[in-house]
Amino acid sequence: MKSLLDQEFTDSNIVITKVDDLLNWARLSSLWQLGFGLACCAIEMMATSASHYDFDRFGVIPRPSPRQADIIIISGTVTLKMATRIKRLFEQMADPKYIISMGSCSNSGGPYWEHGYHVLKGIDRIIPVDVYVPGCPPRPEALLEGLLKLQEKIRKESMVSKTV
Amino acid sequence: MKTREEIFNSLKQEFPRDVLEFQNVPVEPVITVNPLAINKICHFLRDVEGFEFDTLMCLSGIDDANGEKITEADGTVTIKGGVLSVYYHLYSIKLNHKVTLKVSASRENPEVESVESIWKCADWHEREAYDMFGFIFLHHPDLRRILMPYDWEAGYPLRKDYKNPEFYQGIKIPY
Amino acid sequence: MAFKTEEMILNMGPQHPSTHGVLRLEVELDGELIISVKPHIGYLHRCFEKHCEAMTYPQVIPYTDRMDYLASMYNNFGYVVTMERFLNIQVPERVEYIRVIMGELQRIASHLVALGTYGVDIGAFTPFLYCFRDREKILSLFEMTCGARLLYNYMWIGGLSHDLHPDFIPACKEFLRYFKPNITELNNLLSFNKIFIERTANVGILPAETAINYGVTGPNLRGSGVKYDLRRNDQYSVYDRFDFEIPVGTGANGTLGDCWDRYYVRVREMEESIKIIEQALEQLPEGDINTAIPKRIKPPAGSIYGRVENPKGELGYFIMSDGSTSPYRLKVRGPSFVNMTVFSELCKGHLVADVIAILGSIDIVLGEIDR
Repeated sequence: MKSLLDQEFTDSNIVITKVDDLLNWARLSSLWQLGFGLACCAIEMMATSASHYDFDRFGVIPRPSPRQADIIIISGTVTLKMATRIKRLFEQMADPKYIISMGSCSNSGGPYWEHGYHVLKGIDRIIPVDVYVPGCPPRPEALLEGLLKLQEKIRKESMVSKTV
Repeated sequence: MKTREEIFNSLKQEFPRDVLEFQNVPVEPVITVNPLAINKICHFLRDVEGFEFDTLMCLSGIDDANGEKITEADGTVTIKGGVLSVYYHLYSIKLNHKVTLKVSASRENPEVESVESIWKCADWHEREAYDMFGFIFLHHPDLRRILMPYDWEAGYPLRKDYKNPEFYQGIKIPY
Repeated sequence: MAFKTEEMILNMGPQHPSTHGVLRLEVELDGELIISVKPHIGYLHRCFEKHCEAMTYPQVIPYTDRMDYLASMYNNFGYVVTMERFLNIQVPERVEYIRVIMGELQRIASHLVALGTYGVDIGAFTPFLYCFRDREKILSLFEMTCGARLLYNYMWIGGLSHDLHPDFIPACKEFLRYFKPNITELNNLLSFNKIFIERTANVGILPAETAINYGVTGPNLRGSGVKYDLRRNDQYSVYDRFDFEIPVGTGANGTLGDCWDRYYVRVREMEESIKIIEQALEQLPEGDINTAIPKRIKPPAGSIYGRVENPKGELGYFIMSDGSTSPYRLKVRGPSFVNMTVFSELCKGHLVADVIAILGSIDIVLGEIDR
């Protein structure tokens, strides 16, 4: 009896596809994230990486250096002092790179929008964002849905157009 | 264990010119003191038997905003004159008693003697009071900004007449 | 031939896997020996105190959640206890007991994060997963009560926002029954592990006199042998009706006041919290969960300083009012802000790798330092 993988390929294990599809499938299945947590949302991100809501089954593992990371999840309030450092980290990452903005503080300033003299009202004032995940803090399931939406976005990409 | 009245009476005997008054405000009474003599008073409170205040629980700055309010051309309000105050909350672990001290300094030149040589935890508290209100703590080893960026030029944020700048290094601040 | 050496300044920047948040350490090194460490903070300064001057007293409570985001119940607890002393309100018995139960469950959850991340810093990854698995159970108990996993807004001035769910008490008893053997498992994995003891014993020794002068409180002070806990020394709520011990460091695996002592005090505190919750569940009375308070809260013009025992130390609230509905000044004395000042003292004379061990044993949260 043939195994599952043998049943998929009837023609001696040869698959024919487009280069675009192959590259996109490779990119979305192993998005390595930069270990970057700022405030309360970082705790929910750590809980997503832990065993109950496992992030690793989607191929996401934390890497300490920006040169080895594909995706940066901005989780928590961004202050003006930190904004210049985030811009530098973002420029150090290699293409193709993606950004998920997690939580209402990095979407648009959060509960500190009115009197925050040191709070940046949304990370999209300095770097371009791909997916916004709302919530304060968002549940781990919401972050996983944000990741799946990003994977859908990557699936539709093409080699001729730039990602960022 | 002493009450706040007893502590005030002993301090008044020891430092008659520097200890000013005992304000019996609701919930916790406060002892007001001369800002340039706070160092020797705190030495007395820490070292003398019967007082032995070995920890400083909290040190906070307050903008009393009791000066003259001037309305500028663009509608905002600036305050001239009046005082800024610092509150000290002391506690003794051995004898289990508390006291609250208050010093007031003028708004244009807020100079207060530092207590960092007595309790080391006052180091960062005084830096924060300088950052937020502009107090100059005399004889502090390293008085610079602690929470705001080191090149923040727009003033002292927690004062009541603080105006928020529009841009910082090219980034827009208001919503 | 003379050997030419130079000092090097190493920057452990705001983005670092082991600095527990956005903290920048400027380390001056001579080879691998540390000459000095300068912490730079302020990367998470969210202007909490300016917001409080514009909100009314009940509206401040969600903002207090977000300061120490690992122990939000206790931040609420501290603020509410201080306000009730200011306004001279007495809350019903049932409210007091529920607040103690929630506070102690929050203490266990906060210590689990501290121990798990300390293990990851030293290099042991498995205890992290075990601690977070147990923490998920506590978070589902909180979710059953008030609907939120991390930031609750649960304790209000004069009472609580929701009463206990009918399934809460059996679920809580089941959790305590499940969790007790897990502490033994954690001890076998991490606490008495030879490599862990090598890395943490005799490192970062904090003498008791220095600790009191620097204002250090919480498990850090108790790890140096000083038996000082605000739940006993400066009594608040109904903690005087429970029978529990205050664990202190003993120098069992090295010197008194080293990193291992501070770590083990936290493990013992989790055991004591389980005892308190069991006693509180037995003595829990029936009753109302809210008292009658005025629609607009206006305290008398004056000031008060109230404090509680956060999982990380002494959390103090200095509230000054001028008779109106918003606070005139609200200053928070965060325990991590004061505990961090002793860090540069502790690091002198150690190696670079010990910086991470000492930082993890102090257990800081940047939301509380920067507010």
